Amino acid sequence: MKYIDEFRQQSLAKKLSASIHKEANPERKYNLMEFCGGHTHAIFRYGVQDLMPDNVNFVHGPGCPVCVLPIGRIDNAIQLAEDHDVILCTYGDMLRVPASGRKSLLKIKAEGADIRMVYSTQDALKIAQDNPHRQVVFFAIGFETTTPPTAVAIKQAQALGLKNFKVFCNHVLTPAAIQNILESPEVRDIGSVSIDGFFGPSHVSSIIGSRPYEFFAEEFQRPVVIAGFEPLDVMQSTLMLIRQLNEGRHDVENEYTRVVSRDGNLKAQQLVSEIFELRRSFEWRGLGLVPYSALQIKQAYADFDAEKYFNITTIQASDVKGCECPSILRGAKTPIDCKLFGTVCTPENPMGSCMVSSEGACAAYWSYGRFRQNSKITDHQQDNMESVA
Amino acid sequence: MTQTGKRFPVRLNTRTDKVDMTHGSGGRAMAQLVDELFVKHFDNELLRQANDQASFDITGGRMVMSVDGHVISPIFFPGGDIGSLSVHGTVNDVAMSGAKPLYLSAGFILEEGYPLADLERIVISMAKAASDANVPVITGDTKVVEKGKGDGVFITTTGIGIVPEGINISGDLAQPGDVILINGSIGDHGIAIMSSRENLQFETTIESDSAALHTLIADMVKAVPDIHCLRDPTRGGLATTLNELTQQSSVGMTIREDDIPVKPAVSAACELLGLDPLYVANEGKLVCICKKQDAEKLLDTMRAHPLGKQSAIIGEVIEDAHGFVQMQTGFGGSRIVDWLAGEQLPRIC
Amino acid sequence: MCLALPAQVISINEATDMATVALGEVKREISLALVEDVKINDYVLIHVGYALNKVSEEEAERTLALFAEAGLIDKEVSA
Repeated sequence: MKYIDEFRQQSLAKKLSASIHKEANPERKYNLMEFCGGHTHAIFRYGVQDLMPDNVNFVHGPGCPVCVLPIGRIDNAIQLAEDHDVILCTYGDMLRVPASGRKSLLKIKAEGADIRMVYSTQDALKIAQDNPHRQVVFFAIGFETTTPPTAVAIKQAQALGLKNFKVFCNHVLTPAAIQNILESPEVRDIGSVSIDGFFGPSHVSSIIGSRPYEFFAEEFQRPVVIAGFEPLDVMQSTLMLIRQLNEGRHDVENEYTRVVSRDGNLKAQQLVSEIFELRRSFEWRGLGLVPYSALQIKQAYADFDAEKYFNITTIQASDVKGCECPSILRGAKTPIDCKLFGTVCTPENPMGSCMVSSEGACAAYWSYGRFRQNSKITDHQQDNMESVA
Repeated sequence: MTQTGKRFPVRLNTRTDKVDMTHGSGGRAMAQLVDELFVKHFDNELLRQANDQASFDITGGRMVMSVDGHVISPIFFPGGDIGSLSVHGTVNDVAMSGAKPLYLSAGFILEEGYPLADLERIVISMAKAASDANVPVITGDTKVVEKGKGDGVFITTTGIGIVPEGINISGDLAQPGDVILINGSIGDHGIAIMSSRENLQFETTIESDSAALHTLIADMVKAVPDIHCLRDPTRGGLATTLNELTQQSSVGMTIREDDIPVKPAVSAACELLGLDPLYVANEGKLVCICKKQDAEKLLDTMRAHPLGKQSAIIGEVIEDAHGFVQMQTGFGGSRIVDWLAGEQLPRIC
Repeated sequence: MCLALPAQVISINEATDMATVALGEVKREISLALVEDVKINDYVLIHVGYALNKVSEEEAERTLALFAEAGLIDKEVSA
C-alpha cells in the first residue's frame, strides 16, 4: 500500500534507531508525550519502544476521544435509545464503553435498543432517509479530524430537508486539552510529572494546521513535533524532539509534511465554524471541566441538535472507585499504578475508558506491552488481588 | 417417484415456494421437503433408507466426534455459503485430531418465509462440499420456527471419524523447542464476510478460504505421525488459537510477523477498517505444532498439497510461565499477541 | 489521532461529490465534500468515509529521504 508500507520499513527503522541512540544525551531523560491514541497504538503495535534508548520515554496522553468522553454523556446516549426509541447511530469505538450501572450501547442493543454501528456520517444520513418515521440520532464524537464529517452531514441533512436526523454533539478540541494538561498541578510542579516535549496529533493537525500549537510551544517552552502515525514517522519525530531539547529550542516542527500544512484545511475549518460554536466549558473524563474545549451546534442548525430536541441534561457520573483513568490520561500515572489494572479491570471487563478503547493507555499496555514488565505486573497484580479481596 | 420411493401429488416448486410452518410439523409437507430437497441432493444409500437414524459398521481405532452450529450472516458470501461452511467446519474439527472423517449429520432450523430457492442453493452447495470431501451427510433433521425467530437458516452439523492407532494429537502436547507452522494466508474468510455486510461497503476480490482440510492432514500425519498439535484458527483468528494452545500446553510462543502470510488485499481491507489480521477468522487454515526435526519434512508435505501451497514456519514454542505469545514485528520491535477481547469492531480512531 | 489512510482516487462523480478510492486493491466510495481540486490518481487521506486532505507526493518522497539520511550523517554508525 503506497504511502503506508514505505513508512514501516525495518531498514529505515534501524537507521533512525541508531541516530536516536547517538544523539540522545545519556545525562538526561527525555519524557515525550504522545497526545494521540494513534501514536500510542503505533508505538505498541510495532514495538517502537524496543528501538529506543532507555532514557527516551513515551508518556501516553489522553488523545482518544473515546477515553475522554465523560460517562454522563454516554448515559445520555443510552437514554436516547432506551427512553425515546430513536435509532442511535454510532461509530464502532463507542459500543463497548461502560457507562453508569455497567451499561453500554452494546449491552442495551442486546436488550432490544436500536443501536446501529456506522462507518461514516453518510451511513447515518442514509438510515434517516430510509426510516422517515423514526428519529435517527448520530452520536458524534471525536477531535477536529472527525468534526468536519459531522458538519457535512448536518449541511446535507438541511439540503435534503430531513426532519428526523439529529446529532448528539460531543466534539472536542485538542489544543484546549493540551493546554489543560500543561497547566495541571502535576505537570507544573517540578519533580512530579515532567513532559519535555509533545508529539502533535497527525490528523487533527491536517485539519487545524500547525499554527495552533505555536502558542503552547512559546507559552510553556516545550517543543512540539507534528508526527505522522506510521512508526517511522514516530521515530523521526522522536529524533526531532531530541534535537530540539538538546539545542534548547521549543519550536513547532512538522514531520508530517505530506499531509499537514501551517494553515490546515480551510474548507473544512470554514464548514465547521458555520455549523458549530464553542461551549463555555465541557467536562473531559479525567481532566474535569475544561473551558472552551468543546463544540455545540449553532442556533441556526438547532433543528438538528439532539440536545435541544430531546431536552438532554447531563448528570455527572463518577468513575468506578479505584479507577486511575483520570491520572493516567494526563500522564501522571501509568496503568500498572492502578490497583484495578489486570485484576478487576481487563479488556474483557473494562472498568474505565483507558481499557475499553484500544487506543487507551491501559488497553495498549495490556495487549502489547505486558511482557516487558511481566514480573513487575504479576507481582503488582498479586499485591492488588490481596488488597482488593 | 422420489429416491425414497414416495409419491407426492404436486412437486415442490423451489422457484417460488417459501418455507412455512407445515414443513417442520412432521407431516406430509415435511416429508416432501426432506425428499425433494435434502435427500435428492445429498443422495446416498443411508439417507435413502429414510430411517430416523443411520447405522453403519466401523473398524479399528478411536472414534472422534465433533459438532458445530452455523449461524453465519450473510448466508451467501464470496467463496461459499452457510452450507459449504457447515460441511468444511465440522470435517475440519474432526480431522484436527488426526482422524479420518467418515460421516456427517445435519440439523436445519428454518425460518418461516425463507425462499426454497435459496434453501435449495444452500443444500446443493452443501452436497457438493460433502461429496468433494467424500464425507456424506447420512442423517438429518428439519425444524421450522416462526418468522422473526430465526435468521433465515441455521445449520448444525455433527461429524464422526476414526483416529488411526498410534496417532495422538492434542492441544496440550506442545513442547518448548517445537516449531509452529501454518498452511497459508490469514484473514481471508473474515474479510470476505465483512465485505458482504452492507453497512461496511468496500469492494474487494477476496474470497473466503473455506475448505475441507482432512486430505491435507492425512498427508501430514502420514509423513510425520508424531505431530503434537493441530487446530484451525476460526473465530478470533490465529491470535486466539495460539493463545489457546499456550494455555492448554502451559508454554509460551514467539512468532515472526514477516513470516505470517497475509494477502495484500486482506492487509489493505484490515487497514481500512482498523482491524488486525491476526484476529480475523479463517475457515481453511490450520496451525500445526511439531518437533523441530520434523518441521522441514512437514513443510514440504504441506506445500505439495493444493491447500498448503503457501505454508510457512511462523515461530517456535518456548518456556514461559506467563504463557505469552510474543511477536517480532516486521518493524523490528516486539509485542505480545493477546487474546481477542470481545468482538473486533471496526474503529475510527 | 484518528484512523486515516492515504488512498488513490480512481474515479470521481462530480454530481454527488463522491469518489471511488483504492487502498491497495480494496476499493471504497468516499465523499469529497471537504477537499477541492482533486483529480484522478491523486492520493487523499481518508477518514470515516471522507477525504480530509490531499497527500503531497513530493513531501512524502522528501520525508522518506530524511529517514534514509539518518544514520548516514555519522560515519561510525553501521547501517
